[in-house]
Amino acid sequence: MSLQIISIILGSLTIASALMVVLSKHPIRSVIFLVVTFFFISSLYILMNAQFLAIVNIIVYAGAIMVLFLFVLMLLNLNKTAEPESSLMVKLSSLIAAGGLFLVIIAALKDSILLSKTYAPQNEAIGTVQSLGNLLFSKYVVPFEVSSILFIAAMVGAVLLAKREKQIID
Amino acid sequence: MTADVNNIGTSLDFFVIVAIALFVIGAFGVLTRKNMIVLLMCIELMLNSVNLLLVTFSKYHGAADAQVFVFFIVVVAAAEATVGLSILIMAYRNRKSIDIELFNKLKD
Repeated sequence: MSLQIISIILGSLTIASALMVVLSKHPIRSVIFLVVTFFFISSLYILMNAQFLAIVNIIVYAGAIMVLFLFVLMLLNLNKTAEPESSLMVKLSSLIAAGGLFLVIIAALKDSILLSKTYAPQNEAIGTVQSLGNLLFSKYVVPFEVSSILFIAAMVGAVLLAKREKQIID
Repeated sequence: MTADVNNIGTSLDFFVIVAIALFVIGAFGVLTRKNMIVLLMCIELMLNSVNLLLVTFSKYHGAADAQVFVFFIVVVAAAEATVGLSILIMAYRNRKSIDIELFNKLKD
C-alpha cells in the first residue's frame, strides 16, 4: 500500500474522530475522541517527516492537557446536570456558517496551493531534534524565553483562580 | 522507504484540506455546544488544525521554522487550557453549572 493511500485513510479517520468530538453527547466521550484525534494528527506528522513534533504532540496534548480536562470533568461531577440541546435554528445556522467558512477557504486556496505541484527540495533531517533544537536556541531564543514567562504567568494565574475564596480574603 | 517518504509531497494538498476541515469542525462545535468544557476542547481542536497546517507548509518549503512555531502554539495552548479550566472551576463554584447560557450576568 502506498503512502498516499495510508495518508488518505489516516486523514479521513482524523476528520471522523474530530466530528465525534463535536457530536457526542457525553463530555467524557468527547475527551476520549479528542485524544484519538490527537493520536491521528501525530500519525499525520510522522507521515510528513516531523517525528519529534509527533512525539511532543502525544506527550503534551494527549498526555498532559487531555488528562487535565479529564481531571476537571471528574471533579465537577456533571452526571446530574444534562447539557441542554441547542435549538434546531442555532444548529442549522452554525452548520451553514461552518460550511460556508470551509468553502470560502477552499476556494481561496484552490488557485494557489492546491494546484501547484512544485515542492522545495526535500531535506530528510528537518523534523529531527537536532535541527529543531538548533533553530529554537539560536534564531528563536527570544520567543522561547518569552514563552517561559507566559508559562509562569499562566501557572500563577491558575493557582490564584482555582483557590477557595476564603483563602484569598485571608 | 526514504524515497517514498519524499513522494508524499504529491498529496500535501490533502493535508491542507484535512487541516481546514478540522478547523471548521472546531468552529462548528464552538457555535453549537453549550457545555463550556467541550467548548475549550473545540478550541484545542482548532489550535491543532493550525499546527497541522504549519507542519504541512514546513514540509512544503523544506524548512524547519514552521515546526518551531508549532512548539510555541503548544505552549500557548497549554497555558490557555490551564487558565481556562481554572476559570471554569470558579464559574462552577458560583453557578453550580458549566452551561454557558447561564453566564450572562454582564448582560443584565
